[in-house]
Formats: sequence, C-alpha cells, structure tokens
Amino acid sequence: MSGVNDFAFKMATVNGTGSASANSLLMQAIFRMGVPVTGKNIFPSNIQGLPTWYEIRVSDDGYTARPGAIDLIVALNPTTYAQDFASVRPGGCVLYDSSWPLDPKAQRADVTFLGVPLGDLCRDAFTGDRDRTLLRNVAYAGALTALLQIDRAVIEQTLTEKYGRKKSLLEANRRAIQLGYDYAQAHFDCPLPFHCAPRDRTREFVLMDGNTACALGALYAGATVGAWYPITPSTSLMESFKALCQEHRVDRKTGLNKYCILQAEDELSAAGMVLGAGWMGARSFTCTSGPGLSLMQEFLGLAYYTELPGVFFNVQRAGPATGMPTRTQQADLFSMAYASHGDTKHIMLFPADPAECFALTVAAFDATERFQTPVFLVADLDIGMNDWMIPRLQWDDRYAPDRGKVLDAAALDQVQKFFRYVDTDGDGIAARTLPGVDGKGAYFTRGSGHDRFGAYTEDGAAYQDVVDRIRRKFETAARALPAPAYHRQDGADIGIVLVGSPAAAVREAVDRLREQGSIADVMRIRAFPFAPEVTDFLGRYQTVFVVEQNRDAQLRALLAIETGTPRDHMVSVLDYAGQPLTAGALVSAMTTHLQGVAR
Amino acid sequence: MSSIAKPSVRHPSARKNAIGLTKADYEGAMSTLCAGCGHDSVTASLIQAFWELDLPPHKAAKMSGIGCSSKTTAYFMRQSHGFNSVHGRMPSVTTGANAANRDLTYIGISGDGDSLNIGLGQMVHAIRRNVNMLYVIENNGVYGLTKGQFSATADVGSKSKRGEVHEQAPIDPVLLALTLGATFVARSFSGDKAQLVPILKAGLAHRGFALIDVISPCVSFNDHEGSTKSYAYVRGHGVETVATDFVPLRRSITVPAQHDEVTVVQMHDGHRVRLHATAPGYDPADREAAYGYVRSCIGREELATGLLFVDAAGRDMHDLNRTVPSPLAQLPFSSLCPGSAALDAMMARYR
Repeated sequence: MSGVNDFAFKMATVNGTGSASANSLLMQAIFRMGVPVTGKNIFPSNIQGLPTWYEIRVSDDGYTARPGAIDLIVALNPTTYAQDFASVRPGGCVLYDSSWPLDPKAQRADVTFLGVPLGDLCRDAFTGDRDRTLLRNVAYAGALTALLQIDRAVIEQTLTEKYGRKKSLLEANRRAIQLGYDYAQAHFDCPLPFHCAPRDRTREFVLMDGNTACALGALYAGATVGAWYPITPSTSLMESFKALCQEHRVDRKTGLNKYCILQAEDELSAAGMVLGAGWMGARSFTCTSGPGLSLMQEFLGLAYYTELPGVFFNVQRAGPATGMPTRTQQADLFSMAYASHGDTKHIMLFPADPAECFALTVAAFDATERFQTPVFLVADLDIGMNDWMIPRLQWDDRYAPDRGKVLDAAALDQVQKFFRYVDTDGDGIAARTLPGVDGKGAYFTRGSGHDRFGAYTEDGAAYQDVVDRIRRKFETAARALPAPAYHRQDGADIGIVLVGSPAAAVREAVDRLREQGSIADVMRIRAFPFAPEVTDFLGRYQTVFVVEQNRDAQLRALLAIETGTPRDHMVSVLDYAGQPLTAGALVSAMTTHLQGVAR
Repeated sequence: MSSIAKPSVRHPSARKNAIGLTKADYEGAMSTLCAGCGHDSVTASLIQAFWELDLPPHKAAKMSGIGCSSKTTAYFMRQSHGFNSVHGRMPSVTTGANAANRDLTYIGISGDGDSLNIGLGQMVHAIRRNVNMLYVIENNGVYGLTKGQFSATADVGSKSKRGEVHEQAPIDPVLLALTLGATFVARSFSGDKAQLVPILKAGLAHRGFALIDVISPCVSFNDHEGSTKSYAYVRGHGVETVATDFVPLRRSITVPAQHDEVTVVQMHDGHRVRLHATAPGYDPADREAAYGYVRSCIGREELATGLLFVDAAGRDMHDLNRTVPSPLAQLPFSSLCPGSAALDAMMARYR
C-alpha cells in the first residue's frame, strides 16, 4: 500500500463538533475525481463529546474493505492522541492542530508531524465559537486538499451544490478551505508521496449506505406499512423510507399519503403491526437491531406457525444485551434462524453491500408473500450506516410483485369450501385469503394447535400434519431463494464461505493469498435455509474457511446443523471486535492455519 | 373445543335484517367456556348488535389475544376473518391490520389480564393512536385459564376462591382510558343485555377507539361471596349513570337535542346515539366531569355504567397519518412504485 490512489487516511475528532460534513466532503470530492473510495465511520453511542473516527480509503484497485494501515491521521482529539499517533504506519504522517503545543514525548520519530494552527486560523478568520469550531473541520479538509492533491474545482463544485442557497455559509466554507490549503502549501512539501490522481473509474457508481438502499427497495417493492421502534443502527432505514414516501407516495391531488409509518411503543408492538398489515395483504416491514430482535421473538413464532408475511430488517450490532450499539457484528444468526420457542425456522437473506440491499429487499418482499412466512433482510452496521461505492441502482419496469397463493373472490368461487392450511400442489405452501374479500374465505388465524383445515386441535397427528407441511415449505424455499454467489479460480484447493459484509475483505484477501501461492474459491451464501449446492461446496475442498463476525462461529454451526457437514471440517476465521473486517486480518489467520497444516 | 360447529339448521320464519341475514348467520362455533360464563352473554349481545346493525360479516375482522375472553372471537360471526394472536398483543396486530385496510370493522375482544396486565402497554398506545376499533374488555378480575389468580382489576379486599384477600390497588380501565384521551368510554355488565347492546352498537359506529369495559363474572373462579366481580356484587352495586339508546339510520329521531338530560351524539357514519343521564347534571361530553364522577362512584363502592364519555369528533389513526381513503393493501402496485426513470434521477443525489 501507499502510493498514488492507494492509501488511507483517518480523522480523529470529538463527536458533535461537525466533522462529519468535512469528512463526507473529502470522500465525495475524491469519488468525483473518478477515484474509487470507501469511508468507514467509527462513532460512539453518544451525541456529543466522545471520540469518533472516520477512515477514508482510496484504492485504484477498487478495494472497499476497511484499510489495514493508516498513512495519515488528522489528530484533533487530544484525549486520543496516544492511540491515534500509534495507529499510523511507519513513514506516515500526523496532521495536528498546532495552535496548542504538542508534548515532544508523545511524538514518534518514524512519523512526520504536520502542525497546522487550525484553531488560530479560524479564530482570526471567523467570529463566534460555533463557527470557529465547525469551520476548523473545513480548514483541515483544506489542508488535506493540498497534501493529498484533491481537485480544488471539485471541492468548490461540491460546496456550491451543498450550500448554494446559503451564500454566507458557502463563503465561510470556501474561506476555511482556503485557509487550510494555503497554510499547507506554504509550510509543507505538497503533495505527499501518497495522494490522489484523477481517474475515470466511478462514473457508473454512487456512494450510498445500506439503510438508504433498503428503504429504496421497500419503496420500489410497494411496501405501504412500516412499523418500528427507533434503534441504532437501523434508525435511518425507516427515516429514509419516510423521506422517500414524502417524495413519491403523496397523492398529488389530495395531499394524502399512500403509506403509513407507525412508530410503535416497543418492538413487540412493531412486530405485531407488521403481521397485522401482512395478514390484511399489505406489504409491511420493520427494521430493528439486536435488543429489538429479542423483543420480537414471540411474534416471529406466531408468524411462522400461522404463516404470515412480513419483512424484518435486522441491522446487526455488537451484542449481547445493549452491547456496543455503534459497532458491527454478525452475531444474531442463531436468534434469527430459529427465533421463538418451539420448532421454528426463518428465511434470511444476506446482502453483502448496499447494492444488494436494494435487490434483496425486493426479493425479501416477494419471498415473504410467496412463502407466507417472515423474511429477515440481514444487514449489519457496516453495510447499513457506512457509505459504500456501488454501481448505480437500476429498476426493471417489468417487475411484478409475487403475491403468492392468494385466493380472490373469483378464485374462491371456484372452490367448494376453503380450508386455510391445505397444500394442493405439493410445494408445502397453502393458499390464503385476505379479510374483507368474501365470507367464503373466512378462517380463524390462531397460534394455538390447528389442523390443515384451520380448526383448533390437540390431536397429535393433525398437529404433526401441519408442522410437517411447513417443513416441506422451507425445503421448497431453500431451492427457490437467491443462490450463493461464487468467485472461482483454476486450481483452487481452499474454499472460503461467508455471508454479508465480510465479502469486501474476503475479495481482497483472496487476491493476496493468490500472490502467496494459495488459491481459494469463495462461496458467498445469500440465503437461509441453505440451497442444496451449499452442501456440495463444503465437501469439495480439503480446507474450508468459514469467515464470520461473531465469537461462537454461528454460521459454521448453522452449516453443520443444516447440511450435516462435520463441524471440524470447517475452519473458523472469526473477528468480533466490532469493526469492519480488514483483508490483512483474514490473510494472517488463514496463512497461520495453512502453515500449521503444512507442518 | 372451539372447532365444534353448531347445527346450521335455520327456522324458515327466522327474522332477517336489512341485508337478509338471520341472527344465526352471525353466530360462530360452539362456545367451550364454562356454563354460565359472563363472556357467553357478551357474545350473545355482540351477535344481537351486529345483526341489528346489518353488518356484512365478511367486512368485519375479529381480533383477540390470549385467555378465556380471547377465545370468544371464535363464537360469533363465522364468516369473518378472526385473529387469535399473542397474549396482550391484540392491539398492535389490529393497529397494523387497520393501517393496511381501513374499510373493515374491527372488533377486539380482550380480558382484564390480557389488556391490563400483560398487554397494558399495547392497549394504552392503541388508545393514544385512536385506532378505529371496538375494544371490549371482558372483565372478571381473575385469570380463568390458569385457575383463579388475581388480575390487575381485582379490587383491594376482594377474596379469591381460596380465601386469599387481594391487597394491591386495581387498574380501572375506564379511568385509565379517560386519562389517556380515549374518545369513547363505556362500562356495562354482561348480565344486562338491554344496556349492553346499544352501547356495543354505538361503539361499532364510533370512528376511533371505543372502549367498553364489561364486567363479566367468572363462574368458576370469581363468583363467590367476597368477590367484587360476582353476579351478586355487580347486581347490587351497579349504577346506570347514562342510559344509552342507539338510533338506527332509518329511524328519525324525535327527542329534542336540547332536552335537559338527553344528549344526542352524531356519529361519523350518520348514526345517532341518544344518551340519557340518570345521574343529575352528568355530561357525557365532559371528560373531567366524567372522570370525577366515576372516581366518586368507586369511593362509594358503586359501579357507574353506561356510555360514560364520547367525543365523536376525534381524529382517528388514519386522520392523524393523513392516509388516502382507499385501503393501502388494495392500492395498485403501479401507483406505489416510482419506476426506473425516477430511480435514475435519484442516483444523482448519491454522487
């Protein structure tokens, strides 16, 4: 690493001081220069006063995983100086605010310290504490524009778009950029050895976070009822949906809404609302995270057994309990796969990035109605809240929603008598009816024991008949849900299995392993229950790595339970510290294992 | 078992309502509750009310949670969809269903444990949202299916069947609903069909959350000497505060609206409810006064019954959310999906 369009820098600030807009300005400007870029926000569960970091990776190769090494840090938070200075690679740089003296003992000899008196510059140029504090961030962006050779015209254009209507704000931002830029040009050797150079590699891409992409998916899939309880890191999903609905779902003539968003009193209620709306035939959903998922368990069991649709977005965070709400993990696999008491199983779809969030959200709405069972769209904080570079989203206007087997009045007219839980064609799915259509289709939805006719039962055989059919329904689902995505190489003798966001780091790790002479195939599973081909893949390689972000190797356990593959045949590569994965960590863990086997 | 069907033989001369249905057409499966259970009387009153209102059964949805009361949705209107959900969580399911399809009549049947113990949070918030539904609490002060534990409505000093005296303060659903801003609050007694039927009809016609607390004695676990939810106690302590008369659309109203003690309330659907306060000076449109009066009755060990408060002008959940008049579940997909051109245009924002 480290070179033109191949480096990473990081901003260490205090949250609530306005650094986010400066950071996104930098990222957006690099992206608009045509250079692939990724941002990772590492923020506290707090509104103001705690340390926060933002990492930006610039990569001509288009790698989007979290960077392994930091070339430059903007250290603006004295309380984290020690760890921030230590995080820079040897030969890298520290940009700090030299308005205050730096303890010489804190400095490292193998790192270049670039002092910019951001505080003094802003104190002299602006009035008022608020402006001086906020614009200090813009000033460091100005210094970085010089140091990293970011196109100033692009910065100017981006600022104009953002503040065009507020002239004084635009002027202040321009001035702050200029202050930092001029200071850096005058005092340092600009640009640094690692810097940006214009390319044309982002034209067909956008920068988007997964929660926004999920909300777009829900809008395009025709969801009309959203019920939720705010919880980090899923909150922005429903807020994006609301904003999109205000734009696209308000009747022009009447000003009335073609959607209903219900902020529930808790997640139990949110789950109940989703199921009530799904029962009524609306496409409905909720979004939540760990603690909310725990509260939804009982309703998920009810939905499984009464066979009701509903999409449940789970933007995972680090658990257990409150855990680390602003850190990422994949540790809810157990509590989703078999949520609720009794024999249950739930469909999960695993997007790897925001682009797939959009596509799989639409697939989730189709699957939940087709299979009449809740569907989890499983994201995590890294996908949900960070901006990823993804291909522009596209929509096929020929799309028609799959509403599943729903008997309307005409269809009911053709049947002698309607029974809710009779499977007539062997796929395990029984036709349903919607309330309000026809008295002939009326049935009683009950979570208590019922037979295939929908009647209450405590008869063992009649009960078993229904739950066995539901099992067959999930076998049908396993074959119909989105298939795994593969990356295959000639001569591979290693298999790597994963779900979700680690894909970015795995892609990079596979390239690096190849340079070391280890050839690996990758299977990224996109749905649970697992497709039959998942079992085949696991059996094909001498070494199979299962990469996941939890302590207890939950994905490996699910693979063992569901495919019968011996657990010890699969080698776990685990990372559960709460940060997005780096390729370096994966290469290191895999190499250590391979060397151990070789010995 | 609730799957036992009643014989469907009809007497040819059975009276039919305006949509050609007999009362038997509003019945459901055979009740499996104990003989003499107050809940079965409530069911009979509900059937009477639906029949009199000419309600098409398939345009109603019967919602319930878990418990003896919640089983009763199986015992009426077999041609309506029913949803026997999760203990204490019927309000959220109904809220979601109503959000998706505002055209149906929602009938929620709950109990004191289902609503005021395990489900208190959900009931309270359904009231705040003013979900358009009839919400009946079949209130017997006791857990029937688990054989006689006290519920949140058990009065201080009330005795259990085993002789245990209750010492915790009760939750009164009527006072609670008045505090929360409920737009329709009534109390009645399962054994008083003449009072209950017009209240149920008014509740069904009300747009918004209509709470009816029906004292409904549990003959197996709470109908003994010393219980304050027994038939004998309620008959001795009930005080009809507001006599309610539901006026059908096709019958013209003759009572002058400004009569001293008669209030005529115009419901959203055109029906009118005539309220005759028997307590001097009682005003069923005055929330503060209603609250004070109900409290003072409790102090005198009296049970104020009737339609105690109504605000027919309240805005329901759909008004508050400004939703379109057509049910959301029936909007054509083409009117919901913005299409490819809109998505292409939106992509510029993410660059």
